[in-house]
Amino acid sequence: MFESKSGILYVAGLGFFALAFVSNALVPWLMYQRYPEKQLPELVNANLRYQFEDLARRYPEPFEEAFGKPPGGDVEHNAWWNERCAEALSYGRKLYVGEGCWHCHSQFVRPVSNEDKRWGPVSRSEEYQNVLQRPVMFGTRRVGPDLCREGGRRSNDWHAVHFFNPESVSEGSPMPEYPWFFSGSPDRPNKKGLAMLTYIQWLGSWQESYPYYEAYVPSALIRPEPEPEPEAEAAAETPAAEAAAAEEQQ
Amino acid sequence: MTTETVQTSRRGLVDEKLVGFYFGAALLFLTVSMLAGLLMSFQLIRHNPLRGLELFSPGRWRMVHTNAVAYGFLANGFLGCLHWAIPRLTLQPVLDRRLSWLIYAAWQLVVLATAVGILLGEAQGLEWGETPVWVDPVAQLGLLLVAVNFMTPIARMKGPMYVSLWYFLAAFVWTFLTYAMGNFVPEYLVSGTSAGAVGGLFIHDLVGLFVTPLGWGLMYYFVPILTKKPIWSHGLSLVGFWGLAFFYPLQGIHHFLYTPIPMFLQYGAVVSTIAVELVVTTVVINFFGSIWGNFDIVKRNLPVRWFYTGMVHYFLTCLQCAFQVTLTFQKIIHFSDWVVGHAHLVMFGVFTMWIMGMMTYLIPRVLGRDWASQRLCEYHYWLSTVGIGVMAADLILLGLFQGWSWAALEPWDVSVDFSQPFWVLRVLAGLAMFGGLLAFLTNILLTLRSPVPAAGSVPAAA
Repeated sequence: MFESKSGILYVAGLGFFALAFVSNALVPWLMYQRYPEKQLPELVNANLRYQFEDLARRYPEPFEEAFGKPPGGDVEHNAWWNERCAEALSYGRKLYVGEGCWHCHSQFVRPVSNEDKRWGPVSRSEEYQNVLQRPVMFGTRRVGPDLCREGGRRSNDWHAVHFFNPESVSEGSPMPEYPWFFSGSPDRPNKKGLAMLTYIQWLGSWQESYPYYEAYVPSALIRPEPEPEPEAEAAAETPAAEAAAAEEQQ
Repeated sequence: MTTETVQTSRRGLVDEKLVGFYFGAALLFLTVSMLAGLLMSFQLIRHNPLRGLELFSPGRWRMVHTNAVAYGFLANGFLGCLHWAIPRLTLQPVLDRRLSWLIYAAWQLVVLATAVGILLGEAQGLEWGETPVWVDPVAQLGLLLVAVNFMTPIARMKGPMYVSLWYFLAAFVWTFLTYAMGNFVPEYLVSGTSAGAVGGLFIHDLVGLFVTPLGWGLMYYFVPILTKKPIWSHGLSLVGFWGLAFFYPLQGIHHFLYTPIPMFLQYGAVVSTIAVELVVTTVVINFFGSIWGNFDIVKRNLPVRWFYTGMVHYFLTCLQCAFQVTLTFQKIIHFSDWVVGHAHLVMFGVFTMWIMGMMTYLIPRVLGRDWASQRLCEYHYWLSTVGIGVMAADLILLGLFQGWSWAALEPWDVSVDFSQPFWVLRVLAGLAMFGGLLAFLTNILLTLRSPVPAAGSVPAAA
């Protein structure tokens, strides 16, 4: 068997591969059958709708150019927003993958290395059981921060300026700029830009509340002057987001 | 070994022109890949000369970098070497020469289409599975044809199979299955955590079941030929092959430790990773046993030096792997540049070096003339060796600093700021490696322009 053609072909080639596939892929697959895969319309939640409507308010002209105008009538109106929001979310995810964002930003919080203190609650399996995690965006490297709790932490205009020129709001950032998400200036995001902002705001929007992930106090030994910026930002953003969420739920 | 008899009857068996064409394509894609890597490394030190241009987006070129290495360089390089080795080992030609050329042309189209698709923003979200949807079925068919074309001579041959053929035979089956698993299952069938498990299995198997067995199979072929000594122990060869075949595919999940993937599966992946390190040690011992008392050959014979440098790196990466796979190390090094250093040490330090060694040996034979410049060959070796050594050490050390900084809850930008000097050193190391490649390409051009020697004279072993 050990040196014969059939032994190598069937035992090593097919047999061992099949064993590994069953034990390492089929087992988790079967285990997670109890979490049905969520489809796109189910992924639009109140927090995301708030952010998406905020995009329409902040950038009325680019938004209309990209998505058109909502129809009259309450039911149609609501359905229109949900559909456009789902469309933007799915397109944003395609851009996130196509631009290779996931090579420098992860999307999972590990239960070690104080990650829950920095980012928020540790990732759970059911969070990933949806069509936008096919393939899953766990990521591989963190040049920039993890993003799975990013939604709602920063405002849409912060993200727009950041995508247009990261260094203007994040000093020393090695992130590339993405001018092709905009028609010339950061206050004119095009459809790509709007979709990308929607996707980023979706990440973690299913959480009960947004964690104050940067609300820790940096040690005086590490940095003599505390940086007020991110704290002020988070504090300013969060109540607004919560208020909006409450508004959506009524 | 059978190699002696094989060498005498090579005429008509080997399509040497095809070997040369495969090497040409491999080196072209390696050049593209290294330029792409340099672009990304310049972006990290914030000196990207091509900022803000959509088609030169560093994120997209980073994917070109990894895909061009896997499918453009490694696949082409290995296919060239296989077209040399398999007909000689089996004393049978491949199934069909026209099919070989068809595969060659189709494969270059696959690689080009992948690169174009990625640059247009059509990538898919799995490492090494970024190949756009419309390329996947063509690539799958190509791999099937490769398997059929090469497995036919192996099936037709009489008598016992040499070690290399065990590896090749298994690798053809594994590569086909691995590509199918990685490019269809996590994209269409499963999502979420289980897609992570399949994805981990895919990126791992692509290294372990496509690159590694082809690499070791070729080492088992070329080392005895160049050293004119048999492999030290047949028993260890058996342990190496079967150990790899059993343990390697079981480790995919070790890429996603501390994810929501069930913990017992993570432990299984950790244990089999440590087990494969023991197997690797037996293989490395076997190869060093084969040149025991004859170490001088590493100084005299450049291809052998490439091979054994690669083996030292192989042992180091696998040793590193046995540590980094533990949950203790993972806490710190996951997501850091340690992993990037490890990946370069494997892909460049081992497999690229082996292919470079085989090219250094085969190109004069394919072209029918000696290397134009031995000195450029030496430059190629030393620039590559020093470059990868510096890059790997630099990134692995940086990874520890990043991991500790994150765990200590330092503000995120601190980790980016102190990475800068390390990233600058990485650019310099990358430039050295690229310089080595340029020396090699120059040498090939000079050799092509040098006169063909009179018939009958055999090129010296570089």
